[in-house]
Amino acid sequence: MSIFTILISTIFVNNYVFARFLGICPFLGVSNKTETATGMGVAVTFVITLSSVITWGIHYAILDRFGLEYLQTIVFILVIAALVQFVEMFLKKTSPNLYSALGVYLPLITTNCIVLGVAILNIQEGYSLIETIFNALGASVGFAIALLLMAGVREKLEIIDVPKVLEGFPIALITAGLMSIAFLGFNGLV
Amino acid sequence: MKLSKIFYNGLIKENTIFVQAIGMCSVLAVTTSAINGLAMGLAVIAVLVGSNIVVSLLRKVIPDKIRIPAFIVVIATFVTVVEMFMKAYTPDLYNALGIFIPLIVVNCMILGRAESFASKNSLLPSIVDGLGMGAGYTLAVVVLGSIREILGAGTLFGMQLFGASFEPALIFIMPPGAFIILGILMGIFNYVGKRKESPKTGVKEENIDEYIYNID
Repeated sequence: MSIFTILISTIFVNNYVFARFLGICPFLGVSNKTETATGMGVAVTFVITLSSVITWGIHYAILDRFGLEYLQTIVFILVIAALVQFVEMFLKKTSPNLYSALGVYLPLITTNCIVLGVAILNIQEGYSLIETIFNALGASVGFAIALLLMAGVREKLEIIDVPKVLEGFPIALITAGLMSIAFLGFNGLV
Repeated sequence: MKLSKIFYNGLIKENTIFVQAIGMCSVLAVTTSAINGLAMGLAVIAVLVGSNIVVSLLRKVIPDKIRIPAFIVVIATFVTVVEMFMKAYTPDLYNALGIFIPLIVVNCMILGRAESFASKNSLLPSIVDGLGMGAGYTLAVVVLGSIREILGAGTLFGMQLFGASFEPALIFIMPPGAFIILGILMGIFNYVGKRKESPKTGVKEENIDEYIYNID
């Protein structure tokens, strides 16, 4: 598969949020305001891309070579947790501004299933290193787009009269469903 | 707290999906049919009870500062066990659930129970809590899976429900259906829950009127 196809596919056609249901928790949790959504989007992009490259390396250099594939889940989640810690410490020391902007979101990312999901899918699909990088980029851009679109809609939802029982999560889910229908329109693009 | 109360708490009162709305990724993804939902629910119960047992037993051994990584390792171990088990004995379900089995590791619900319940309680209540929360999750996925399967394929657990003239609405099997039906189910859960809570004297009917008005 060419790099361009991977990008289009992960951003639009098989959007990780709307078509594969990865990263729903932050998608519903931090999509209240456009600003926080942007912060989360940037932090996730950074972590997904870095963790995909590292887990890809570990898989082929260690796990695959010594026949330890069954340890994949444990090793990957530990790598991601450690990586998020390091990124947090690194940003705190080198760029306090960026840290104060992203700091709140970083710990949340460990349990964001899109990070582990992309890492596992890269291996399952048998991507090369270059394809892995672009798959990770596409996944995170797709996630960021979904988050931003949702934040925009939810800001409007706040001033609209919603039935009381549907306030909050239920109406957010129904909105996400309608957006997902829109994303179905990209089917057949690739 | 009484054990039955802990179980009820997990099953209905603090239902992870309908009330707390955590751990949603797998719920939306695996509920394309009732049987997939049931399999996922059982896998989650196994992991949740296992991790609650170990965390509860080790709660005085694990240092406070590194408790989160320690919990994650415990959970990941049980997930790997369940994954290998399903791969060996139920390969069809394993393929249908795919990536969402390893992703049980990052289901916030399991880490949440380890952190907020098992690490503070003794063995027996922790087991019951795991069973209750897991049953609540299973209830949610089976209900959602059944509705999606009935509307989207006209079957339930693989059995044909309607005659040949029934046209299934494919959209409910596809991703948008998952979002929309879960949203509506949460709304219904809210409605029933709030009606139960309201006091019995007079106010109740007014409340219902207000809800009906709002829904209209």
